Amino acid sequence: MSTVVKFEKVVAVAGSFPVLTGLDLRVDQGEVVLLRGENGAGKTSFLRTCAGLISVNSGDACVLGFDMRVDRRAPRRYIGLLGHENHLYRDLWVREHVEFRAAAAGAVESDTDAALEKVGVPEQLWTVPIGSLSAGQRRKVAIASLVVGRPRLWLLDEPHATLDTKSRENLDLILGEASASGATIIFASHERPPGNGLASRVITMGGGRVLEDSGAR
Amino acid sequence: MLAETLLVARKDLRVEWRAKVALGQVTPLALLILVVFAFALDANTSLLKLGAGGLYWVAVLYGGTLLIQRSFDVETDDGNMDAFRMSAISAPSLFLGKALALFVQIGLLELVLGLGIAFFYEVRIVDWALLLVAATAGTVAFSVCGVLWGVMSAGLRVRATLLPLLLVPVLTPVLLAGSRAFETALGVRADAGWTWASLMFVIAAVHTAIGLGAFGFLLEEG
Repeated sequence: MSTVVKFEKVVAVAGSFPVLTGLDLRVDQGEVVLLRGENGAGKTSFLRTCAGLISVNSGDACVLGFDMRVDRRAPRRYIGLLGHENHLYRDLWVREHVEFRAAAAGAVESDTDAALEKVGVPEQLWTVPIGSLSAGQRRKVAIASLVVGRPRLWLLDEPHATLDTKSRENLDLILGEASASGATIIFASHERPPGNGLASRVITMGGGRVLEDSGAR
Repeated sequence: MLAETLLVARKDLRVEWRAKVALGQVTPLALLILVVFAFALDANTSLLKLGAGGLYWVAVLYGGTLLIQRSFDVETDDGNMDAFRMSAISAPSLFLGKALALFVQIGLLELVLGLGIAFFYEVRIVDWALLLVAATAGTVAFSVCGVLWGVMSAGLRVRATLLPLLLVPVLTPVLLAGSRAFETALGVRADAGWTWASLMFVIAAVHTAIGLGAFGFLLEEG
């Protein structure tokens, strides 16, 4: 198994506030990692640093083989990021949006319909403006926008938020399939109990560093 | 690069087509400004003819700034800026795509405003070629400057007021050159209209070069 994320004594500062304070963590290919911790523990900042959206101030950070201190933009084309927000153009139709995300990720547009079906967006909603959808439906469109890009590393911040029980189970299936095909998944959640079957490893964060790691080596 | 540029431009134009902000709000407002100018100048046709070039470009500046603002509101809404940064599309293509979409929108706005000054101010065009070249150069300059300064202010909470504050001084030379070129094209003055149009192209070229080189950095740090 190759190492997908390797952080050693990473310090990252957002504005003037240190969000990661000497983080040590290694995640291998195919792992499904659940990040837990109180608000402000550094979960979101860790995900954003992995995505290259927060720069590394000191320490060594390597994501998908790219040195994040040299070029934090380099791994992005292989990463799917879902934050608290959905990253949706609310005036576009559902299908148009997912087609755009597919093309922007370098994927083929023909995957769009399959992705929408997979996440459970009914076909009658495909030609509806995103702004008119419910919060849960918008979350599904956001997930479909990730699915079409076939990322090698999924970074998900509260991905189950606003989804109903059936859709949560469906998302777990999608993530399980992605992991089985070799993708690595790191997700932050307050809702998922540890050992629920999806996560192969649970990491508890606090104060911008790892407090507890069920898969510590 | 061309395919990526067209992809971004098509997306922006589609968003605008669906939202109808440019068509339904910005264009009528810019036209209204032309009408207000006419009232302010007591509907004095000879005075309006003399000032038509300048009044036209002031209306374009106002409407164009709103369109530029809107172009980046779409990217900052719902955290889209993160997806914009995470995209596999190269920074120069993102810059050119946004600029191309703005070029089309501002170009259409200018077309309507052109009809507006013809109707309200009763202007007569004596040099069509100069008018079209100056309008094109001005549209390019507005578009590329707009994307360049728009991305700089995109991440800021005060962008709604900051962007016009940044844009107006930068676009003032375009406005002045455009006004002089239009005055020549409308037969109001006989001096070097083509020189002014050339200056507009130079401003557009400089900002395009800066945008192509710096957009990636500005996007990251914005």
